[in-house]
Formats: sequence, C-alpha cells, structure tokens
Amino acid sequence: MEKFSSHTGVGVPLRRSNVDTDQIIPAVYLKRVTRDGFEDGLFAAWRGDESFVLNRPEYAHGSVLVAGPDFGTGSSREHAVWALQNYGFKVVVSSRFGDIFRGNSGKSGLLAAQVDDKVIGALWAYLEEHPGAEITVDLETKTIRAGDLEDSFDIDDYTRWRLLEGLDDIGITLSHEDDIAAYENARPSWKPATL
Amino acid sequence: MGKTLAPRTLAEKVWDEHVVRSAEGEPDLLFIDLHLIHEVTSPQAFDGLRLAGRSVRRPDLTLATEDHNVPTLDWDKPIADPVSRTQVETLRKNAEEFGVRLHPLGDVEQGIVHVVGPQLGLTQPGMTIVCGDSHTSTHGAFGALAFGIGTSEVEHVLATQTLPQARPRTMAVNVSGSIPDGVTAKDLILTLIAQTGTGGGQGFVVEYRGQAIEELSMEGRMTVCNMSIEWGAKAGLIAPDQTTFDYLKDRPEAPKGTDWDAAVEHWSTLRTDDDAEFDLEIDLDASTLTPFVTWGTNPGQGVPLGANVPSPEDFVEETDQVAAEKALTYMGLEAGTPMREIKVDTVFIGSCTNGRIEDLRLAASIVEGRQVDPQTRLLVVPGSARVRLQAEDEGLDVIFKEAGAEWRGAGCSMCLGMNPDQLAPQERSASTSNRNFEGRQGKGGRTHLVSVPVAAATAIRGTLSSPADLEQI
Repeated sequence: MEKFSSHTGVGVPLRRSNVDTDQIIPAVYLKRVTRDGFEDGLFAAWRGDESFVLNRPEYAHGSVLVAGPDFGTGSSREHAVWALQNYGFKVVVSSRFGDIFRGNSGKSGLLAAQVDDKVIGALWAYLEEHPGAEITVDLETKTIRAGDLEDSFDIDDYTRWRLLEGLDDIGITLSHEDDIAAYENARPSWKPATL
Repeated sequence: MGKTLAPRTLAEKVWDEHVVRSAEGEPDLLFIDLHLIHEVTSPQAFDGLRLAGRSVRRPDLTLATEDHNVPTLDWDKPIADPVSRTQVETLRKNAEEFGVRLHPLGDVEQGIVHVVGPQLGLTQPGMTIVCGDSHTSTHGAFGALAFGIGTSEVEHVLATQTLPQARPRTMAVNVSGSIPDGVTAKDLILTLIAQTGTGGGQGFVVEYRGQAIEELSMEGRMTVCNMSIEWGAKAGLIAPDQTTFDYLKDRPEAPKGTDWDAAVEHWSTLRTDDDAEFDLEIDLDASTLTPFVTWGTNPGQGVPLGANVPSPEDFVEETDQVAAEKALTYMGLEAGTPMREIKVDTVFIGSCTNGRIEDLRLAASIVEGRQVDPQTRLLVVPGSARVRLQAEDEGLDVIFKEAGAEWRGAGCSMCLGMNPDQLAPQERSASTSNRNFEGRQGKGGRTHLVSVPVAAATAIRGTLSSPADLEQI
C-alpha cells in the first residue's frame, strides 16, 4: 500500500445521505475478478443524469468526495472502495461511515475522514460556490482545509498509522505467527472443521 | 486476555475467548473459527495470496459456496453470462488450488452461504465467523460472534486465520412480551430499524434478548440477527439455549458423542452475566408489534402495514426530510396513500433473511388453495439446495406451482439482482429480503421489504396485504 500523508484535490459535493454501497456500485458491476476497472460502475444509476455532480466538468476530475451522513452503509463489497479509487478519489469525507466501508477504505488506502455534520454543510456550500475548488486533507495533522475553512477530522489512530506508513496488514499479523500457533494448539478438539 | 472476574456480556465472553494477541494502542488480534467464502468477494483475495506467495493457513476452517451470482433457472447447464461464469469458475479454480472445500452449483449442499453454514451444523455457539458478506451477522442467532468483512480482510483471514479488530461497544435490545399471531421476527427487526434509523447500531455488537427472542425458532432468530447490519450494527447475537441445542443436535458437522456433551457444557456458559453492563440498552414491547413494511429506499423507512405513506414533513430532521422526499420520488409514491393500496408487480420470497424451510412452509400454508393475482408474479427461491429438496419432499413446490408461482433453484437471486432475476425499471416488488436500496433488485426497481406472510398474501391480492386480508377458504 502507498504511504498517505496529505492530499490536495478538487472537492466534489455529494448532497446525499445514506449513500449505501449498492448506490456506490450496483451488484451487476461486481462480476470482475480484478481490483481495477470498476470506475464505470461508480454511482452508475446517477451517472446517466446530466445534472449529477460528477457529470459537471468542474468536478469531473474530483479526488475528494464530500458526502452526507451514513456513507457506505449496507453491503460489504470492497468494490465500492475500488470503484471510488479507480475513478480517482483519494479521500471521502462524511459525518458518518458504514463500519465495513470504513474498514475496507483503510485496508485499500482510501482515506475515510469523519467530520461533524456542520463541517459537511460548510464544505458543500463552499464547493458549490466555488466549483472546482480544491480541498487539502492532511493526515499528519488530521486537518481539512478548503478556502478559509479549516477543521479537524477523525480517524482511528491505528488506521492513521498504517496509512501514514503504508503498511501491509497481513505482514504485521504474520510477524505474530507464534501467538497464532499457540492459540491454535489450545483450541478445543470439538470445534468444527470443514475438511 | 487479562479479563477475569468482572461480569461480562455474551459478546465480551466470545470476544475474550478468541483474542490471540492484545497490545496497548493496537486492535486485538482475533482468531477466526470459521471463514465462509463465495464467488463475488474472494477472487481478488486469492490473487493477493498468489502475488505474495502465501497459502491458506487453515483450509480446514474455510468453506466456499456459490450463491450471489448463480442462475436459479437451468442451473444444471453452463452459466449463460460469460462474465458471471468466469467469476464462478475462478472460485472453483481457487478452491482447488488452495485446497478449500467448495459446494458448487448442482451440489446438494450448495446455497446461500448463511443458510448453508447453519444447516450443516458448522455454525455453533461461541464461534467467531466471518465472510465477505455483510449478512454474516445471521450466524449470531447461535450465539456466535459473526460479522461481514471486505475482500482485503478475506485475504487477511485466508493468510492468517485471524483479524485485527477494535473492541466494539455492546448494546442490549430487550424485547419483552410475546410476538402476536400473524406477526413475525421480520416485523420485529423492521420495526426496530425504523425506530433507530440505519445508523442507530453503528459501532455496536448487539445482543437481542428477552421473552420474545427466547420464544423465537432458530429460523426467526436468524432473521433478526441477519438484519443487524441494516441498522449499522457490527454484529447481532442471541444467547444459545435449548432451542439452539435442539437445532444443532445430529447436524452433519455438529459435535458427536462425548464431544457433544463437552460442547453443550461450554455453550451453556455463553450467557450475559446478571450484573454485566451494556454500553447502551433499548427496550421494545413485542406485544405491540404488527405487520411492518417499508415505503422508502432504506430499511429504516418503514411503517405498519395499516398505516399510510408518510410525508416528508412528518420528519423532524432536515436530512430525514430530504431523504424522504427523494425516496418518495424514487418509489413513485404519494404521501398519504394507504400502504394496503400499493399495487405490487413482483413478490420475491427467498434470501438469507427469509429463504429457509420454515419460511417456505409458512408461505405455502398461505397460498395453498389460492391463486396468485393474475397481474402479479410470485418468485419463490429456496435459500439452499437442501431447502429446495426438503420443500419438494413436503410437496411445497407443488403448492406454489399450482398457485401460479415460479419455483426456482437456490441462490441469492433477486435479493441483489446480480443474476438474471431482476426487477425492470419502475417495477414494484414486495420482497422478503433485507434491502430496499435504490436499484438493489434491478436498475430503477422499487422494493418494499416485507415478512413472509405479507409477501404471500400480497401475491394473492396484488396489493400489499396480510393474510388477515384474504378471503377465507
């Protein structure tokens, strides 16, 4: 995973709450067996609408998505994270994330930055008033800046550390292989097995 | 570990039993007892293993089945859609290469992953169970700590049989009283989600408890736990009891002989201690429950069947008002319309929420001797091949077919419309599944989430209905 310290890019105001992962990428787009090529399915149902924010040229190259509460609820599909990344997003800002989506983001290197509702409102207003304006999201200091706006965002310390260092989760766990083996040796024999 | 004498909740007990490693400032490393996989969320995980030269640490704690993307017609023939076929074949190749047990299409144990685990007896109390599917919470019905994960985590579990997890908060949902006749576990959970909202359970492992929960069958408990994710909970679970043990006894993968005795002895300890404290408690009186249906585009947008479609002004918060307005437009509904007057094109009975044998028996008992409304399609999709065979053994398929329903093969089917079973744009469904999101069952499709009895009665009358609305025969 690439290290993530700070990102500056065009902010995209997505004035919607409860954007579940079926809306981020519908199931019919989940048939690929790779981690790339999912950008076509991103917000597929809305992309046909000319007025949809990503269809406006000012926001077309957006890399920081600003969404309402409960972004990424529902299905566990990590394809939702990949679709956002494949499209070019590096950061999603919301006032509340679905748990699994937030976890998936951290594993894949997409920064899920949680802010207060009022910050979302202020960012939406700013980005709509200044279409194509950039937002800076600094993971070192956990701050978000756009124009004169500056506020802090939340992310759990462990995910922040892993993103800053660009660390592979599996590698970290395998460094504790002895602990896993010790645990396995102590498991009761009646626990079920599939083979 | 280090957790000793302090009173603990059920979730904390199961958690503590699975901590491989715990360190300050880090998530706990949890051992995973059972990893279920399917074709949609696993290919990239296996690719990751290959790229890093890693193997599957515990194929003996891993089980694969094909469910999300499989046809429910002509399942004995090659899959027509080449992209779907490639995905299913990729799972078959990966299972073979990495030595994972697979129940493919056509196998008697194939089916929706959350139906297969319990019916094999692999899902047992006190286990940690994960799957790259958010409805993994279903297995919590057995007192297991079960939750959905993403593909990166699937790869992590394949490689290490563990997951780093931050300790969640705990919540109790205390359901007092008894569920009235004609009302089901589905109505209970839909009512709860409407009260709490889709984010109300976020960050919590929820224990459902109280008289109404204890009185539920295992199937009903699975329905409740299944939809935990729909109010944002990390997992939902129910303390194991005699109902649980009776369900598990003699299942193919359940412990046998002295192992059974040892297991039951341990399972019996898996209860929340009397003086344990939850971070949050919610109370619900089951005796006030009525058939409950959704009108909007998330599972929290629901009302009693006897109510009217709400108006955006009925909501206090501005975000709820905006969401209601968007939902009404998408659903093609007018505020004030009685829910019972909403005409439905397709009824879907199935899914990991309501696709088990008890659900099919209940549905069949309602449609028996009646005819599906001529303008309505009824699709009945068993949750697993075993459920299909059992239903056919009992003659349920004949009852459905004689009523004019379509009887299909096992899979996720129209719950998520990944296979050809989809709604057309603006087509309206009453569905026993778990999500009424925009486009979930097909682009532009309009979904009302309902219980099994409401689904069956709706198929007969053609408008949202309960069995009480049907003419007596």
